[in-house]
Amino acid sequence: MELLLVILIGVLYATGIFMLLRRSMVKLLIGLILLGNGANLLIFLLGRITKGAPPVIDSAAKFFTDVYADPIPQALILTAIVISFGLQAFAIVLLKRVYVLINSDDLDDLNTPEEEDI
Amino acid sequence: MTDNTLILSVIIHLFTAIVLLALWRKTVAQRIISVVGSVVAMVIAIRLFTAVWDNGILTMQAAGWDAPFGITFVADVFSSTMVLLTSFSGIAVSIYSATGVARGRMLYGYFPILHLLLMGLNGAFLTGDIFNLYVWFEVIIIASFVLMTLGGRRAQIEGSVKYMAMNVLASTFFLTGIGILYGITGTLNMADLSLKIAALENRKLVDIVSIFFIVGFGIKSAVFPLYFWLPSSYHTPPSAVAAIFGGLLTKVGIYALFRVFTLIFIPDEFLRTLLVVLAIFTILTGSFGAVIKNNIRRVFSYLIVCHIGFMVGGLGMYSEIAITGALFYLIHDMMVKTNIFLIAGLIRKLRGTMNMDKLGGLYAEYPLLSLVVALVLFSLVGIPPLSGFWPKIYLFEAGFMDAQYPLLVAIIIGSFVTLYVIAKLWAKVFWKNQPTLPAEENYTDEFKPMSAFRKSLLVVPIVFLMAIALYIGLAAENVALVAKHIARDMKDMTPYIEAVLGTNVSP
Repeated sequence: MELLLVILIGVLYATGIFMLLRRSMVKLLIGLILLGNGANLLIFLLGRITKGAPPVIDSAAKFFTDVYADPIPQALILTAIVISFGLQAFAIVLLKRVYVLINSDDLDDLNTPEEEDI
Repeated sequence: MTDNTLILSVIIHLFTAIVLLALWRKTVAQRIISVVGSVVAMVIAIRLFTAVWDNGILTMQAAGWDAPFGITFVADVFSSTMVLLTSFSGIAVSIYSATGVARGRMLYGYFPILHLLLMGLNGAFLTGDIFNLYVWFEVIIIASFVLMTLGGRRAQIEGSVKYMAMNVLASTFFLTGIGILYGITGTLNMADLSLKIAALENRKLVDIVSIFFIVGFGIKSAVFPLYFWLPSSYHTPPSAVAAIFGGLLTKVGIYALFRVFTLIFIPDEFLRTLLVVLAIFTILTGSFGAVIKNNIRRVFSYLIVCHIGFMVGGLGMYSEIAITGALFYLIHDMMVKTNIFLIAGLIRKLRGTMNMDKLGGLYAEYPLLSLVVALVLFSLVGIPPLSGFWPKIYLFEAGFMDAQYPLLVAIIIGSFVTLYVIAKLWAKVFWKNQPTLPAEENYTDEFKPMSAFRKSLLVVPIVFLMAIALYIGLAAENVALVAKHIARDMKDMTPYIEAVLGTNVSP
């Protein structure tokens, strides 16, 4: 399982960076999403994967005795997912607005020359 | 010492933002509430600073969960100084915005977002938890995205695509670093991390993780080679927004660099060399960029990059004197950079353009105002005894003691180019005669027909920030005392760690 996740994270980061380096703005956005997912999976993996051992204390016991799943990575990932959801929603609206304004998906068309500054 | 009131600096801006949201579309009330909120925030920040200065580090354990399990808020001298400076910039910008920002932008929530941005800044300065720092960074960037795009002119939208992409990328790097850090130490509390990282055997892994933080914070604070988004976006939003961005946002990255690289990762030889090299290139690229630009705000954007290098260089030298110099520069820079963007906005109001070739004759028309501007610009250059001069003494002293000659040369070039650029700007905008423009480009002076009250709303913040910059320059010994205190704290973080964890950790 760990090995599979490691490979998956590597692929997500690699494709994410590759997509970031494209010219198209939609691909830029997809790249950012892939990178964010890679980071979330990385936290999940590094928080040690423990199967079938929820961190719930039996009402009779005072503390944990066994190996249990660490709840913190999941809390971190949940926070990160919510944040990246907000950012991506904003980014999609922004890119749509760009498309309406300049009628192009190419990042190279984003350069208004300095003379047109006010 | 535990003190729950330290969170007030964050709450006041949240509260102001909520009240402002309730007053949606009532722009006059919004302007008043915003200024009142900023004044209250300044009072709170001053109280926080004096409390920390007198009584030492204050901590707050959120919801009573003891560190390292809960989220800790910590106010040491460094944090509280940053909160104080943020409140100064905040009050200047919220007064300036009352006339400096178009009503159309206010109708779409300019003021609430401004206060949410200030809340995020204060939160980032006060938190003692690395993941919480990430969350505050996200609060800051989402608010800054809205401020940057609000208005939706073509140039703004173009700038914000670059700004958005680079900042989201920086956050991802930062998050990756946090993930690995949690994997190798099992904690997120910065004080606890400091102890756990110091005890790790595998130093190579620590270096690799620290690179993630350098890249993440480096993008945010515009360090070479990751700075290019800054000059291509900071000239687009309204000047009040650019002032907050230029004065505070890049400095949060610097704050985070200083915090992380003095508390968690103590730089070894490799990291120090890396930071110094980055600083040299940041200074050089920033200053060369400033020379060729012709738009006032583009020039200032490159000067931000150039001066970021001074601070990173100070961190890279890592002696107590060098850090003192870098922190002194940070204090000076936050005040002056906010101010120069406000001045750029004022020039735009006077002439309707920021292109230096189309400007001129301001000194003949507004001599008193020009004098104020001159003082600010000279502070930026660092003409003794103004504020930019003193930190450079410390940086030079540290550079000679440490034999960092390439960095010294870069700092000299950076300072000289700043002088050249500012002199050029002064000559072109203030001294030379107003050039005759083609008829269709004729400017309208928006400033002259304003009522005296509206005029003062634009000028008072500039004078206020200038007064603070003058204080930093003329009462440099007081500021140096603060900077030295912070530098001493950074070289020995034991009091910080003990205050957070509440235990005795001295070896």
